[in-house]
Amino acid sequence: MSNATVIPFGPQHPVLPEPLHLDLVVQDETVVEAIPQIGYVHRGLERLVETRDYHQFIYVAERICGICAFGHSYGYAETIEKLLKVEVPERAQYLRVIWHELSRIHSHILWMGLAADAFGFESLFMHCWRLRERVLDIFERTTGGRVILSVCRVGGVARDIEASELAHIKDVLDGIKDEYNQLCKAFLEDTSVKNRLVGIGYISKEDAHAMGMVGPFLRASGVNYDCRILGNGAYGKLDYEPIISNDGDCYARVKVRALEVVQSIEMIEQAIATIPDGDVIVPVKHNPEDGAEACNVLEQPRGECFYYAKGNGTKNLERMRMRTPTAANVAGMTVALKGCDLADVNMIVLTIDPCISCMER
Amino acid sequence: MGSFKLGKMTLGGLFKKPETTLYPIEKKTPPPGLKGHVVNHIDDCILCGICMRRCPTGALTVDRAEDIWSIDRFHCIQCYSCVRECPRHCLSMEPEYHFPSEKKFVSAYRVPPRKKPTPATKPAAPAAEKKEDPKPEEFQAEKPSEA
Repeated sequence: MSNATVIPFGPQHPVLPEPLHLDLVVQDETVVEAIPQIGYVHRGLERLVETRDYHQFIYVAERICGICAFGHSYGYAETIEKLLKVEVPERAQYLRVIWHELSRIHSHILWMGLAADAFGFESLFMHCWRLRERVLDIFERTTGGRVILSVCRVGGVARDIEASELAHIKDVLDGIKDEYNQLCKAFLEDTSVKNRLVGIGYISKEDAHAMGMVGPFLRASGVNYDCRILGNGAYGKLDYEPIISNDGDCYARVKVRALEVVQSIEMIEQAIATIPDGDVIVPVKHNPEDGAEACNVLEQPRGECFYYAKGNGTKNLERMRMRTPTAANVAGMTVALKGCDLADVNMIVLTIDPCISCMER
Repeated sequence: MGSFKLGKMTLGGLFKKPETTLYPIEKKTPPPGLKGHVVNHIDDCILCGICMRRCPTGALTVDRAEDIWSIDRFHCIQCYSCVRECPRHCLSMEPEYHFPSEKKFVSAYRVPPRKKPTPATKPAAPAAEKKEDPKPEEFQAEKPSEA
């Protein structure tokens, strides 16, 4: 360690969409240790439960992250419904799953574009984002918003999707599927992509488990854990198997996410085929009891997100807490960075799909 | 393994219509349900203040004394709460976005006095005489919808 140098990486760096700072302790070209530092985008959103009632806070929860916007409103709404012991109509549960899986598709395709950009495949990046735009158009048509949807509410969803619109979603997804398979081929079979990803940033199954990693980052190391399998909401009625890879490197993470997009499309098709008729919302007027608590987990595109809510007998909550996937994954990232080449740092950091805004809230 | 896996798609792009539009010249038609901006059909407004209480950002202000309903569009997040809760259904969400502005302002609308319901609201007779622009230094009042 005598000739170790510390290289600062971030918070402003071309590969990072969000401000994460890493102190990279390097010896020659090898990273010996990576020390993360956050705190650049803390907004104190959790404290707003004191000034917003539990119906209004859903709009705050939605703004925790731009990519998982629907996921956060969905997770928050489910938590409050548990707290208030509200039964959500079945159609609303299906609609939530459809929107959430669409969010997963757009999040993963966005990330794949960023990854392609990071390893220098510019045209692949553009094709990814071109496809993602179609998902955003679906959001625009069905919810009235492209990124922040404001469609999930405590007790159900604000808007229904008509049968004709569901058929349109299916058509668009069929179109995406066809082109997406070609993109997948580039990601999974192209020599230049493989040269950049295979064997980089390896994390063993044991390390993944010990570091408490979540989401595709965890599943790429061979751990079978996906919250959707718990069957919350309409997920229990859909048939699906988590996608796992045992390689534990950057390529495995790309592969897991790439295949999850196809799986999400299939899940949406299943949901559209089996969605029941009925109401989409039940009125929720009562306040949570004093001291009542509720916990909830939701598999967001980046991984498991944990929600905790506590009531105090008023319309404002006593406490609202979220543990976002990036908070769990940063520890794993430091393990993956240990021993890698300095040139591979950007690729490894990107493969955890860091969302610092989520993490700091 | 192999290279040029994206070749087919990239070459195919040469013979397709571009995915993008030439934005300022060519504009996309907004879909019918798009949450563009909030409109108050001010003739029907009873200044009940429910929209103000439901608004999560505090963008709406209802001034019963001055008969003014105002919206700070720079704070509005188009969440639809006010439109959903309005008992008179005089609020609606129009699909067009507002143009960006260089200056911040609040859009204020005066409720026509004849339409003001007498029983439920507080008497606001002293203020009804003042017909000139309300607080011009703070409010950039837009024309009411009927004008």
